[in-house]
Amino acid sequence: MKFTLSWLKDHLETDASVDEIVEVLTDLGLEVEDVSNPAERLAEFKLGKVVHAEKHPDADKLRVCTVATDEGELQIICGAPNAREGITVVVCKPGMYIPGLDITISVGKIRGVESYGMMASERELELSDEHDGIIELPSGEVGDRFIDWLAENDPSKVDTMIEIAITPNRPDALGVRGIALDLAARGLGKMKPAKTASIEGGYESPINITIDESAATEGCEVFAGRLIKGVKNGPSPQWLQDRLTAIGLRPISALVDITNFFTFDRNRPLHVFDADKVNGNLRVHRTAGGETLVGLDEKEYSLQEGMVVISDDTGVESIGGIMGGLPTGCTEETTNVFLEAAVWDHIQIAYTGRGLKINSDARYRNERGIDPAYNMQAMDDATQMIIDLCGGAPSSVVTAGEVPDVSRAYKLDTDRVQSLVGMEIPAETQHATLEALGFTIEGDMAHVPSWRPDVRGSADLVEEVARIASLTKLEGKPLPRVAAGVPEQILSPMQKREQIARRTTAALGYNECVTYSFIDKAAAVLFGGGSDATKLENPISSEMSHMRPSLLPGLLQAAARNQARGFMEMALFECGAVFHGGEPGEQENLLTGILVGRTVGKDIHGESRGVDIYDAKADMEAVMNALGAPTKLTYNRGTNGWWHPGRSAKVGLGPKKILGAFGEIHPKVLDTLNVKGPVVAFAIHTAEIPMPRKKSASKGAVTMADLQAVERDFAFVVDADVEALTVVNAASGVDKALIEDVRVFDEFIGGALGEGKKSLAITVRLQPTDKTLKEADIEAVAAKIVAKVSKATGGTLRG
Amino acid sequence: MDELRTKYIEAIAAAADEATLEELRVRAVGKKGEISLKMRELGKMTPEERQVAGPALNALKNEINSALAAKKVALSDAALDARLATEWLDVTLPSRTRRVGSIHPISQVTEEVTAIFADMGFAVAEGPQIETDWYNFDALNIPGHHPARAEMDTFYTHRAEDDERRPHVLRTHTSPVQIRTMEKDGAPIRIICPGRVYRADYDQTHTPMFHQVEGLALGKDISMANLKWVLEEFFSAFFGTDVKTRFRASHFPFTEPSAEVDIQCSWEGGTVKVGEGDDWLEVLGSGMVHPNVLKAGGIDPDEYQGFAFGMGIDRLAMLKYGIPDLRAFFDSDLRWLRHYGFASLDQPTLHGGLNR
Repeated sequence: MKFTLSWLKDHLETDASVDEIVEVLTDLGLEVEDVSNPAERLAEFKLGKVVHAEKHPDADKLRVCTVATDEGELQIICGAPNAREGITVVVCKPGMYIPGLDITISVGKIRGVESYGMMASERELELSDEHDGIIELPSGEVGDRFIDWLAENDPSKVDTMIEIAITPNRPDALGVRGIALDLAARGLGKMKPAKTASIEGGYESPINITIDESAATEGCEVFAGRLIKGVKNGPSPQWLQDRLTAIGLRPISALVDITNFFTFDRNRPLHVFDADKVNGNLRVHRTAGGETLVGLDEKEYSLQEGMVVISDDTGVESIGGIMGGLPTGCTEETTNVFLEAAVWDHIQIAYTGRGLKINSDARYRNERGIDPAYNMQAMDDATQMIIDLCGGAPSSVVTAGEVPDVSRAYKLDTDRVQSLVGMEIPAETQHATLEALGFTIEGDMAHVPSWRPDVRGSADLVEEVARIASLTKLEGKPLPRVAAGVPEQILSPMQKREQIARRTTAALGYNECVTYSFIDKAAAVLFGGGSDATKLENPISSEMSHMRPSLLPGLLQAAARNQARGFMEMALFECGAVFHGGEPGEQENLLTGILVGRTVGKDIHGESRGVDIYDAKADMEAVMNALGAPTKLTYNRGTNGWWHPGRSAKVGLGPKKILGAFGEIHPKVLDTLNVKGPVVAFAIHTAEIPMPRKKSASKGAVTMADLQAVERDFAFVVDADVEALTVVNAASGVDKALIEDVRVFDEFIGGALGEGKKSLAITVRLQPTDKTLKEADIEAVAAKIVAKVSKATGGTLRG
Repeated sequence: MDELRTKYIEAIAAAADEATLEELRVRAVGKKGEISLKMRELGKMTPEERQVAGPALNALKNEINSALAAKKVALSDAALDARLATEWLDVTLPSRTRRVGSIHPISQVTEEVTAIFADMGFAVAEGPQIETDWYNFDALNIPGHHPARAEMDTFYTHRAEDDERRPHVLRTHTSPVQIRTMEKDGAPIRIICPGRVYRADYDQTHTPMFHQVEGLALGKDISMANLKWVLEEFFSAFFGTDVKTRFRASHFPFTEPSAEVDIQCSWEGGTVKVGEGDDWLEVLGSGMVHPNVLKAGGIDPDEYQGFAFGMGIDRLAMLKYGIPDLRAFFDSDLRWLRHYGFASLDQPTLHGGLNR
């Protein structure tokens, strides 16, 4: 919402400075977004007089002028055709900034003659686009400030423009008078009485109005109209044009400018029909759907079923409260005008406006709410202005529907301000504030003014009082602890777990990323997503069209971007939500890490090698361990398609309880996403890891056997596809009490063993608890281990 | 006897290696060594003679043994020194590469915010990122026609042809979590809700996804003055310096009265410094929870009241750590991650400080 200082002063008597007004507006909740003050820009410039002008010795079009200024006479070279002796000009002296040229003037030499400044054109001072010559003033004395001259002779040129942001609850501030009321309530001035007119029509309006029953509820509340015969339309007077131009509107014609004036002056949208183009009477009704109308913006709108419009005998002529139609719009030739003032249902306006994608000043106001009680008075006020500017003879007013009664009152509990806001404001002040805003107080009830649709309860009254009193005066008051003493733990075990997961992974050398939750469809499909359920209806681009099914695509795309920048080795991770469907809750938090390229770059210590799945596995196990996962995990094949089928596994507690996965990413996936491999990855379903059952913090007693442990090594020749864990599990199962640990320490494939065979070497640690092991005991266990492993794997002890 | 002493002590001092030392030991104090032989002769002496010679011989024996031991140590030290002198490595060669990980500023700042509010008794609540429009809008006093809906640049999810339900939304704020928490836990309540939120906007200063933290405190007599105190405490702790706030009247559908909150700052050479100067920077929206919102959460507005606020985590991170561009947060550029990231063990705590 834009307005000018002089416009504000139409309604508010005030001596407050622009700075004061701006500060108070923002504090009142009418946040100032822009202030444009020409006076500030032009403050330095003063008037001068050309006392002598002669042709430049070396240039036909230049003149050497002697200009009288407040600091004596200056020699100025000027190329303007009107630069001549005797005229009063605006002088720019060296060191001054010229806004229209964006330069600071300095002493210069033009064709060999020195010039001490310049004389400005209107364009150079950003007053207009005029640049045919320098400014030539009809009056004024040497040394007068230019802005003072403007203020006296052409005030609109130095009118300060203020733009405020309007929150949806404050339609009343969409009119300058409403803004003035807020300022007056704060004590920044006094309201001037509104200009009101009372017009008696001289004849019956030949155009009648009806509202169909279907449109009478939640459509159009009241529709008033009147014909004004014999108007002379044309450009509106300069003061009105200046007003509109100052707030960024284009003056069109007096009739249209008048409706725009009311829109911004009183938050009162109006419409004018060219009566000669209206066939028959006007009827407010709901559309059947499929009708079309070319609007005043010259765009064709196709109407959907149930919208509220105004039709004549020809068809739809106006989209009620949103935009008029071009065919019945007023032009310079209009002589008979039909003026409309109506109150529309604001919800209906919102839906229709959104459906047609029309953002007009009328929709903006009718959607937020206008003052319905002003409807009939607005008709007379606007008629008066039309007669004043265009002449014409008004008819009496025809009306359909009824002005809605919006009167209501709420209990004002003056103690509530203290309890809700925490400010102490005397009851009398509270009453005075509300009265200044247009409320009427009756006992403890406050009656809401008709222009404040936002006030819907007692809390709103508190808000008004606090707002006008100024929240800047609010003093903080300590919020006591819920209970005295040391605060309790507030993170849930799962929240704590995620923190641990994140920081453990970072400690393992991974850089944490935060990637977008939505990715492109192709990438989503690659990772088992991309269904319509996870699709966005209005994505910002095709790169962000589907909710991610996995953290891998985002990380791999990040890897590709980094590789394109020349970084080939990296470890990235993300901890965040993935989406399995489109319903609330169909999301799950994962932690996923990727290792890309080589373990390290070129390396003097010979440690650089391609990353492999055991790197990913180690990191995954470290994180799982930090999260308290059981140490005995199962590793199952049959991972999803984006993993390398032979080099990946689902990790869990049995085949049904999956805690995560690790492995190499399928080379085709890398290829599609432009990542140079190898890439290994791990993913952990953080919530799937069982929470510890015990509540106590006690870790239980540690067992540290006093007796000497014994280690024995075994090597088995087995088929190449026998998994190491089978051997380990078989060996560990021989005597769970005695065997403390079984570790694979060597794998040897092929060679003398022959095709399809390998040797796996394990070391078994025996930890006796009650007596020292004798050689015979060890031999017995060893024999059992050999037998059990052979049975489980079909292998043999390597000789 | 002195002659004997001089002979051996000098020989020991001159010995060049352990073999020579051993040889000297045998010759002097070995079973048949010179001194041992002299000691055997003690028996043949008169008691008077013995009383003089005995102690002297013993002393000599001890002295030679000590000299032998000391020389032995000296020799082995010299040998070690000689070996170490040859063991030279180029200490300027690069170390073994160890990957250094990092924590994203979003995570770090979320933990900082959590630590501060935890101390004031606020728990952390979470909720779904895909929401029904009821939780995201209606329950927050934003009915279907409300202009705020259109202004929020909401992302909607796709609906199948035969699905007549209104589309779900990607939550535009974390406020739906407040409603869900009210429903689940009732009042009194103190929570913050950090998390991802989405708005269909992308330019210099907007990304379609960003992070918010909202706060909600409900009780019998919690007022806006408490809100001001909580926020000033928060900002001062977060920025590590006293930060003044300015409350300005504003409007949000879910609060009443509503206030925009500015924090004190200064602008110098295009950079902003929080907690000094005369300028104000808008960082937060807040207010007293609207009675309709309390009702939607199943809480009696006649019994309970309280405040709510919401601010951008990304924005807080940018302000505190001088990060210029929001879009870079989500680009995963390694250079950015390493520069703006945090050490894995640098977990923010109140007792350890929140400022590095």
